[in-house]
Amino acid sequence: MKVLGKPRRRVDGRAKVTGQTRFADDVVLPRMLHLRLLRSPHPHALIEEIRTEKASAHPGVHLVLTGKDFPVSFGILPVTQDEYPLAPEHVRYVGDPVAAVIAKDEQTAGEALELIEVKYRALKTISDPLEALQNPEPRIHAYSELGNIHRLQAFEFGDVDEALGKAHLVFEDMFFYEGNTHLAIEQHAAVAAVDPDGKLTLWSSTQVPHYVHRSLARVLQLPASHIRVIATPNGGGFGGKCDVCNHEMVAAKAALRLGRPVKVCLNREEVFYMHRGRHPVLMKLRTGVTREGKLTGMHLQTLVDGGGYGSYGVASTFYTGALQTVTYELPRYKFEAARVFTNKPPCGPKRGHGTPQPRFGQEVQLDKIAEKLGKDPAELRLGMVAKPDSLTANWLKIGSIGLAECIRQVVERSSWKSRYRKSGFGKGLGLACGAYLCGAGLPIYWNKMPQSGVQILVDRSGQVTVFCGATEIGQGSDDVLAAIVAEVLGIDPFTIRCVTGDTGITPVDLGSYSSRVTVMMGNAAIQAAQKIKDQIALAAAEQLEVAPDRLIFSNGKVFFESKTVTFAEAAGFAEEKFGTLGAVGSYKPPRAPGRFKGAGVGPSPAYSYTACVVEAEVDPATGWISVPKIWIAHDIGRTINPVLARGQVEGSVYMGLSEALMEEQVFRRLPPKLSDALVHKIPSLLEYKSLTSLDMPEVDTVLIEDPDPNCPFGAKEVGQGPLLPVMPAVANAIYDAVGVRIDELPITPDKVLKALELKAQGKEGRVGPVSFPRVPYPEPVEVAPPWEGGDGNAKKGAEKPKLKASAA
Amino acid sequence: MMRLPWFEHRAPESVQEAARILAAEGPSAMLIAGGTDLLPNMKRRHQAPKVLVSIRGLLKGEGAAVGAGTTLSEITRRSELPTGLRQAAQQVATVHLRNMGTLGGNLCLDTRCNYYNQNYEWRKAIDFCLKKDGHVCWVATASKRCVAASSTDCAPALLALGASVKLVSERQERELALEDLYNNDGIDYLTRRPDEILTEVRIPAASKSTYWKLRRRGAFDFPVLGVAAAVRTDGQIRLALGAVASRPFLVDKANDFLNGKTLTDEVIDEAARLVGSRAKPMDNTDLDLYWRKDLSAEFTRYALRELRGDDMREVRLRVARQPL
Repeated sequence: MKVLGKPRRRVDGRAKVTGQTRFADDVVLPRMLHLRLLRSPHPHALIEEIRTEKASAHPGVHLVLTGKDFPVSFGILPVTQDEYPLAPEHVRYVGDPVAAVIAKDEQTAGEALELIEVKYRALKTISDPLEALQNPEPRIHAYSELGNIHRLQAFEFGDVDEALGKAHLVFEDMFFYEGNTHLAIEQHAAVAAVDPDGKLTLWSSTQVPHYVHRSLARVLQLPASHIRVIATPNGGGFGGKCDVCNHEMVAAKAALRLGRPVKVCLNREEVFYMHRGRHPVLMKLRTGVTREGKLTGMHLQTLVDGGGYGSYGVASTFYTGALQTVTYELPRYKFEAARVFTNKPPCGPKRGHGTPQPRFGQEVQLDKIAEKLGKDPAELRLGMVAKPDSLTANWLKIGSIGLAECIRQVVERSSWKSRYRKSGFGKGLGLACGAYLCGAGLPIYWNKMPQSGVQILVDRSGQVTVFCGATEIGQGSDDVLAAIVAEVLGIDPFTIRCVTGDTGITPVDLGSYSSRVTVMMGNAAIQAAQKIKDQIALAAAEQLEVAPDRLIFSNGKVFFESKTVTFAEAAGFAEEKFGTLGAVGSYKPPRAPGRFKGAGVGPSPAYSYTACVVEAEVDPATGWISVPKIWIAHDIGRTINPVLARGQVEGSVYMGLSEALMEEQVFRRLPPKLSDALVHKIPSLLEYKSLTSLDMPEVDTVLIEDPDPNCPFGAKEVGQGPLLPVMPAVANAIYDAVGVRIDELPITPDKVLKALELKAQGKEGRVGPVSFPRVPYPEPVEVAPPWEGGDGNAKKGAEKPKLKASAA
Repeated sequence: MMRLPWFEHRAPESVQEAARILAAEGPSAMLIAGGTDLLPNMKRRHQAPKVLVSIRGLLKGEGAAVGAGTTLSEITRRSELPTGLRQAAQQVATVHLRNMGTLGGNLCLDTRCNYYNQNYEWRKAIDFCLKKDGHVCWVATASKRCVAASSTDCAPALLALGASVKLVSERQERELALEDLYNNDGIDYLTRRPDEILTEVRIPAASKSTYWKLRRRGAFDFPVLGVAAAVRTDGQIRLALGAVASRPFLVDKANDFLNGKTLTDEVIDEAARLVGSRAKPMDNTDLDLYWRKDLSAEFTRYALRELRGDDMREVRLRVARQPL
């Protein structure tokens, strides 16, 4: 390897640190107007009337739009097309957009917003999942499956009750994971403009230009060929820019109406309303173990608070169960889930998408299991790590799995054996593991086309331009693209020009989400680069009079022994021989073995694995938590650029620790007798707490390379997986330090102190959920695990749940 | 982004000129020095002054007095100033804000409440609150008084030190003890009249002083509890609390108790108990309020133990996440 695996400045690094990168808000066009959205002040209401005359007459205002201007709905998933750019009649959370003003500047637009008169009729507010279960009416969405339950899912892979019945011990635990948001430093922004030929261009800070492209075509009723979406480099995404956004649609419509460019920049509070962040999840886990510490079966129930719209929620809900099986050998598994609608900003995908919540529960429960069985938690896990090239109970195909080595590394480096349970009161270590997808196996809309395409142009100057729809969201996708092409062609990655995230000129890539870019774009890039390389080799071989397969491409040269030409000369020979040089590559994940309905969420070309040890210090007098150091080992398959890979791991540790200790998207419900209000408690960067650099511990990162055959040069993902073990490892470390269980996130000092007080009173030293409501889960889809003679198909379908079940 | 409302900006060249402008413009004019509190508040429409009178650079202080215009960063660098004040200044917000924010501004800091420190649209969604544009205090719906929290770090430190401030208006100058600058009212939290300028702070000599700030993180955050303690040259110990009421205040009961006593563990525990009984945090800021109340006693122990000469560096590092 000449390029891969070597620490290197990222190809877009200099532009970023010198402020040259042009983000969406940096796009300024002649005659540009500015858009602002009027948002609902009510959590749940019907719009009776909107009067816009005064706003339209305000000096400097060019256009006022309302829900009437947008008859067509949209939504990121085909099954939940439940949003409108501006709400036509029904508002579902404080912050739901209802009207827009386009004016000469932002200030004027803001003034005019106050002149729009909206008459609302308030509806009963549904503030949390319990209320959603208890109140099937008023319905937040008419299409929901049962009352205000958006979606119910149930699967059983083998008879779990029987497996638990035969277990030596059965552990039943409840956990709660509070919602939180992405907190990308760049707020969403977009600029829409109409080209001289009448076509629309939208620049947007989006992770998914392809999906924005499709949705714009639907909402604006325009041919897709008349729309071009350019994803500007994102100042962080983390899933928050994975959805198609109201402001993108409205800006596009306004630009088409006015024939002038229109810019919209959300302020921080609006980003908290756009949200699509981590779902709050209440979980109940029943797990059976043998005396030797093997799992016999697991039954997981989740109750997921979806907020006001569908977003990715159906997928998120599947993900609260799908990946529980890929870390440890689990013979039987049952999973029941419900997502409810509530009058809060919609939840969606945030780094780890649906999996951090159950992973937290599982890994904390394993800590309890290890203690009860008198086993070391690391040894317990090492004894049941899933096998490479195996199928899971729910029919996921595991390829390479470097989890055991990850565990051994963090155990060794943290001196686990001499410190765990031996650090003295107030100090402790906690261990946890995690796993994540390397790209979702299926696209979000049904099609059999490639999920990523790459096109390469090479000319006689030796110039290499690579086109791909993938989006640079700070994660380094441009660097991965350049590095892979550079590796194949034996050139310097800094000589390559990457053109990415532009639906007008780049091949389709589904977007920067589900940790799919390195694997899918990377495989497509290898294919394209290999085709070009073959052409160049053929032509150069003729000139050098050697066999093409003997030629080596390296250091900008093409050579065999002393016969050498530069890459540019070789490209020239190829251009002479073949004409203009270009090649394309594309990638589609392998077909997953599961055949049952619902098997589409969870499969991936590969899974990444992580293990983590957290050191915690807890002051028993105050509950104050300090985390001096974290050791983390991630099975990345193969490292493309260690600098970026480590950055992703450290960033995940930062985000994970922040979620563990402080982040929460929480709401204020005012006394219902006095007010209907249900508002985000802290929609600001100051009061929504996340770690500062002063709160960050030392991080010891190890990259484990267990190459996966499905991945480009074996490289798996690193953007999301390393987040997963951090939260449970923190909880486990706190238990090791002071002997109390905090079974809910975030873990704050007041909860620790409360648990310590309970323990001192002789009660259970625990803070966490104590009850799980009755949820009308349907009959499960029964699928036999591979080792019980299953073929991946369901035995029988799910029965439709009955409405009266939810009236309880 | 959120935009400022329109205003007129005046830049007088002397305190007297500034005082004349204030007198002429009446309450629709406001002073601005660093602007780190006022400008964000104006963006949220908490205040919408017609005229801003800039006093930046005018309040340098005479003789031993510390000018109200001294930036918080300068305070931290002036080694002749008492430790407690410098620790307080060092923990305000972030370095950028400390470079702009002034001592006078921090003493006059608007009270805070998370029903109030929200933008206009958010406040509209709760039908506003008692402090601004509304009728109900949502923290305590039966309360006639606004319970927004005093959030200044420097005031408790200076209270413990026995500081006084000078207020200058067009017609008069007056000096008052710092504790008399504050009312326990989230709206009318200062006794300063709108036409007065806080120009300087006098700090009596002290033999030792300290400030302990409770907040979630090592930077940015306003205090959710501030415990200041100082030993005056006559040996008297004074404790002051911040962020647990609408004003910073001297804890008289504890201070009377401490009078003439040696700081034994028992004395410290009793003083901590007395402080704890006086802290009345509300559910209007970060972190659990009962926990915050509990911690006022523990932080008092930290402060008094430090005054006694205990080595508190490890605890300090854990709490502040930086050496101070």
